[in-house]
Amino acid sequence: MAFFDFFKSKKTTEKPLPPDGKEDRGFLVFENTGEVIQAETLLKQNDRLIRVMGPPPEIRQGCDLVIEFPLIEKLEILRILEEAKLPPLKMVPVSGPLLEPVDIFQVKDYGAHLMVRAANMKLTVNKKTLVIVNISGGGCPDVPYLGACMVGKTLAEAPSPREIGHTLCGYALQLAYEELRRRCFV
Amino acid sequence: MLCIAGTVPSHDFPLVGGEATLSGDRLLVGTTSIDVNRGTPALLAAAVMAAETLELPPPFALLVGDTGTGRGSRALYAHLAEVLPAKSFKTITFHYLQPIIHWHNRLLDVIKTLNPRPCLIADAGFMYAAKMSGAARAYDLFTPDVGELAFLADEKAPHPFYTRGFILHENNRVPDLITRAYLHRNAASYLLVKGEKDCLADNSGILETVGTPVEDVLEAIGGTGDTLTGLVSVMINAGMEMRKAAVTSMRINRMAGRLARPTPATQIMEIIREIPQAQRDLTRLS
Repeated sequence: MAFFDFFKSKKTTEKPLPPDGKEDRGFLVFENTGEVIQAETLLKQNDRLIRVMGPPPEIRQGCDLVIEFPLIEKLEILRILEEAKLPPLKMVPVSGPLLEPVDIFQVKDYGAHLMVRAANMKLTVNKKTLVIVNISGGGCPDVPYLGACMVGKTLAEAPSPREIGHTLCGYALQLAYEELRRRCFV
Repeated sequence: MLCIAGTVPSHDFPLVGGEATLSGDRLLVGTTSIDVNRGTPALLAAAVMAAETLELPPPFALLVGDTGTGRGSRALYAHLAEVLPAKSFKTITFHYLQPIIHWHNRLLDVIKTLNPRPCLIADAGFMYAAKMSGAARAYDLFTPDVGELAFLADEKAPHPFYTRGFILHENNRVPDLITRAYLHRNAASYLLVKGEKDCLADNSGILETVGTPVEDVLEAIGGTGDTLTGLVSVMINAGMEMRKAAVTSMRINRMAGRLARPTPATQIMEIIREIPQAQRDLTRLS
């Protein structure tokens, strides 16, 4: 749940990353979003102060993320990742502002059903049974796959988008999923 | 002929091309049978239904399995770049593909050489790629929902996931978002915006609005935007002028939604089944 922790940490930051002095932060570039998710989990488990962010335009390929980290921890972070056979493609100093993921939820109560929207993704559950009845929005190819895997299952049974998703739409759905679980006390 | 290119949610679904038909609730491309869940199969199923009612040829589907790794999408981008010069599609609708800038640009370079140039419609991941490549103006129609419109309006966002908060908060100000999208050249010639009220816009602003019938729960149902894109693709390919194509499609989609008596748990195929009746009702009303 590390990625979602990042969103929570925006409100209750215990150990903030250094303020906007870009020279003391860097970012890690990986082959694909799936590796970013793995690296993020690993580094959070090792108490590293990292954040998932959007890449700068010069290295943007499409549906991607980078991990922002304190440059002073470069060697330590590299060691952790290499030990896990998850070396980054590049470690680059931050030279400009990185994009922040959205952190706004919109909630719609349909009476028997509750829908939460995060970015472009919407997840709807039956409030009584907690069965996921629909997933809508999004444009990356894992969205229909996530729909096929999650719709019809309860919030407790369904795989989390984080486990089976690969894209930014999958990440957005993870946020909606976490928010629904929080609201439904799952 | 109308070509619809996109993905299906499967790890091992091969790249297939052919006319799409429906057999019961399943989509058929050649001998391959596909579940109509949401995404491109929903778009295709709506297009098949609409074309059949209008006694038009079925759409040509180009599909590949992709569960988000991008592997299938890359294969489809490459295939499109290879085969399009030898095809003569009148309209091409690009849908659920992994947004990959360099593949998008390579494909667009090929499309620019086509003569006559097909009408280009982009939705979902391919629309994201078109916008983030800075090539939105090369397209005839984008079909965003309101959240995606905010992404188009944010000149800095490479994906809806990064749409800045102050723009997301303008969700109810669709005209402002449309203006901003055109100001930064991040919109196609036309925008069909799916929302509480559907609308068609160009760089002069909103041209047409359809707000009835109202079924609030359609927003929760996965695939309702895909069906609208499928419908408008058929209407445009049939030769309808853009405004008429958009209004006709927006009405049919809403009427089909109403006929399905939807709840938030309704699945998209229940709405797609109602498209022929909605088409007949619309013809009778007009």
